[in-house]
Amino acid sequence: MSAVESTDVLVIGSGFGGAIAAYHLAAGGAKVVVLERGPWVTADEFDHDFLLGSSYTRVFDFVVGDGMSILGGNCVGGGSVVYFATMPRAPGFVFERHGSIGRRMWPAAISRETLDPWYERVEQALPVTQQRWENVPYAGGLWAAACNHAGRTANPAPSAVDVDLCTNCNWMMAGCKFDAKRSLLLNYLPGALAHGAEIRPLHEVQHLTRTGDGYRVHYRIVDDEDYRVLHDTGAIDAKIVIMAAGTGATPVILRRSEPHLGAMPPAVGRYFSGNGERLNTAVFDEDRVRDVLGLERPDGQAYAGYQIGRGPVVANWDHLDGSLPEHERFSLEQLFFPPGLGTILAQVPDGTDPLWFGRDKKEMLRRWQSWLTIFIMSEDDNEGVFGEPPETGNAVRLSQQMLGTGPLRYEPTENTWRGWNLADAEIKDILERDGLARVAPWTNDLVGAYTVHPLSSCRIGDDPATSALDDRHELRGHPGIFVTDGSAVPGALTVNPALTISALAERAMPGIVRAARERGVAVRYAGSLPEGEAASRRPVHI
Amino acid sequence: MPPNRHDTDSTTILTVEAFADTILPGEKRDPSDRAVAGAAPGPGAVAAGAIDLLELPGGGLAGTLPGLADALNGHAAELGAAADPDVPPFVALDFEQRTRLVQRLTAPDHPEKAMWVALALFCNMAFDSAAHLNTAAALEAGHPGLLTIGYRQPEPDGVWRFPSYSYGRRLADVHPATTSGGSPA
Repeated sequence: MSAVESTDVLVIGSGFGGAIAAYHLAAGGAKVVVLERGPWVTADEFDHDFLLGSSYTRVFDFVVGDGMSILGGNCVGGGSVVYFATMPRAPGFVFERHGSIGRRMWPAAISRETLDPWYERVEQALPVTQQRWENVPYAGGLWAAACNHAGRTANPAPSAVDVDLCTNCNWMMAGCKFDAKRSLLLNYLPGALAHGAEIRPLHEVQHLTRTGDGYRVHYRIVDDEDYRVLHDTGAIDAKIVIMAAGTGATPVILRRSEPHLGAMPPAVGRYFSGNGERLNTAVFDEDRVRDVLGLERPDGQAYAGYQIGRGPVVANWDHLDGSLPEHERFSLEQLFFPPGLGTILAQVPDGTDPLWFGRDKKEMLRRWQSWLTIFIMSEDDNEGVFGEPPETGNAVRLSQQMLGTGPLRYEPTENTWRGWNLADAEIKDILERDGLARVAPWTNDLVGAYTVHPLSSCRIGDDPATSALDDRHELRGHPGIFVTDGSAVPGALTVNPALTISALAERAMPGIVRAARERGVAVRYAGSLPEGEAASRRPVHI
Repeated sequence: MPPNRHDTDSTTILTVEAFADTILPGEKRDPSDRAVAGAAPGPGAVAAGAIDLLELPGGGLAGTLPGLADALNGHAAELGAAADPDVPPFVALDFEQRTRLVQRLTAPDHPEKAMWVALALFCNMAFDSAAHLNTAAALEAGHPGLLTIGYRQPEPDGVWRFPSYSYGRRLADVHPATTSGGSPA
C-alpha cells in the first residue's frame, strides 16, 4: 500500500461547523485539511440562472426522504453559500425544552446565557447586523403591515447581509455574486487558509477507520460536473477528526463507518429534527393591499414584489413565548422561495383537488408576483430516523446535481402537527383578514415535510441514551471524533439556526484544541476571530 | 447539452407531453394536437419546453422516459378508456381522466409515487423556471412560463438588480422582548 497522507486535524465539510473549526485549529498552529464534497465556487462564478448546471444547481443538495426532504448546501462554504443569512439568537426557552425524552434535552452546561458570549463572537466575525425598517424589502414590509393590521408585532430580523452592497436580486440561493451576503467564503474560510489550512473540494468522505493514534478518513473524488460519477479513492490519517458534513450526511458517514470503528451511540442517525419547518403561500389581492394596508410603491403598484428582496427579512415572534406549552411556540417569517422548488408544493387556496397541479394551479402562478411565502419554524418531536446508508455519499443521486433520494424517514407526531396546525391558523388569521389574501399550506404529500434547516441527527446532551455527543461535542465511545455541524443541535430552535450552530461550534473549540494537545498536536486556542474582507472590518451596527 | 429529441420515439413524446399538459395545462398548438388537451388558455408546460428539459441527460430522467410512458399508458389502458388506434392510451384520455389518474399515481400511498412526482417536478420546472435554458436568454426569447409568472427582466448585463425595493418606513411595532441586538430574548 502506498504511503497515506497525514495531518493533525481532518475536517469533513466546510459549512459553519467545519469552517469555524478549521479556522481556530489552523490559527492555533495545527495542520488542518478540510475535505468538502462540493465544488469551490467564488463570487465571479455565481450565476443568476436557473439553468441545470449553473451555480444554482451546483451548490445545492436536495435530498428526498420518506416523509421529509432536506435542502442543504453542497460547496465550499456549505450552507452559508446558499442560506438567506437571517441570524437571530434562539430564544431562551428553547434551551429548556424536554422534547420527547422527559428531561431537559440540552446539556446542563448550555443555556441562552452561557451561549450568549459565543453568539457574540460569530456576530462580530461574519458580521451580523440589525436590519432597519428603511431598507426592508416590499415583501417584508407587506408581512409587517399585515401583522400590524391584525394587532401583532413584527421584527426586522438580524442578518448577515451587508445591505449597502445588496441589490435585492433574491438570487442568494445561487450564491451571492455581489459578496453582500456574508458567507464563510468571506471570513472564517479565508482566515483558515491564511493560517495554512488546506481546503480540498470535490472530496466526498465515505467512511472512517482506526489507526494507532487516530483515524483514517476515506474519500472519493466527485466529478465536477456530474456528481453521480465518482473517481479515485484516497485516504488521510488524522489525530483528530471534525465531522461537519451536515445534518443529512454526518450520521450517514458514521453509520457506514460502524463496521470499522465499532458500535455507534444509539442516537447517531436518530432524533432528527426538521426545525419544525413548514411553509404557507398566500396570494394577495393588490387592491386590498392598497386600500386596507395603505401600501404603495414609488411606481404606483401596491405590492407585486415577491421577486424583489433578499429572502426573509421580517419575522413575527408573538408565539416565541416561554410561558406557552412546548410544541405551541413558533416564529413566522416572511420568505422568498425561487420558482421550481418553491412553486410545485404550493397549494391553491380554497381550491378543489388537485391543489398542487392543473388548471387552478396555473391560474395561481399567473399571480406569482403577488405571492408571499410564510415560513413556520416550530418545535417538532425529533422524530426523524436515518435508515441504512446508501452505497456512497448520503443519497442516491437522480440528477447530475442537486436531486437525490436519501435514507431519512420522518413521520410527524401529534405534537409536531399541533404546532403546525396552530401556526397555519395564525397565518390564516393574519393574512385573510379583511380580504387581504388567500393562503394555504404547502402539501406534504409529494416529498414529505420540507426543511432547509435540518438538525439533531447526532446531538449533544448529558444522557448517553438520547445524545450521540457529550457536551464538548465528542462522539461517545470514539475519542477524537467531534461533531460541530447542525446535527449536534439537540432540537428545533423555533428560529433560523445558523447562528446557533456557529455559536455552538465556537464554544466547542477550546475543548477540541485541548483534545488535540492531548494527542500530541502542537496547537493552542488563540481565541482570535478572522479578519475577513473589507465589509467585516466596517463598524458593526448591533 | 442539446436535447436529443430525435432519439425519443413519438409514442413516448406524445405520452410525456400529455402528462406535462396535465400538470400545467395549455392551449393546443394546432387543431390536430392530441397530447395537449387544450384545457387552459395560454401556453402550458409543453410549450414551455417540458420535453426539452426532460431529455437533458443531466436531469436523470432522460433514459427513463420510454419506461415512464409505457407505465403511464399501462395505467391508462387499465381504466378501460375507449381504445384509440391513433394515439397512446394516456393521450386518448380526456383532461379530467388524465387529472384523476395523475392524482392517483402521485398520492402518498401509491407505490410508484416517487417517479411520478419526479416527472411532475421537472414539468413544473420547465414552466416556471425554464431550467433547460439560460434564464436571461429565455426571458429575452419570450419563454411562456417565465412570462406567465411575471418574472422580471434583468438589467442589460443579464443580472437582476432592484434599486427600488422598500416601502421605506416602519410598518409594525417590534416584539417587546426583543434584545438590543434584534434577537428574541
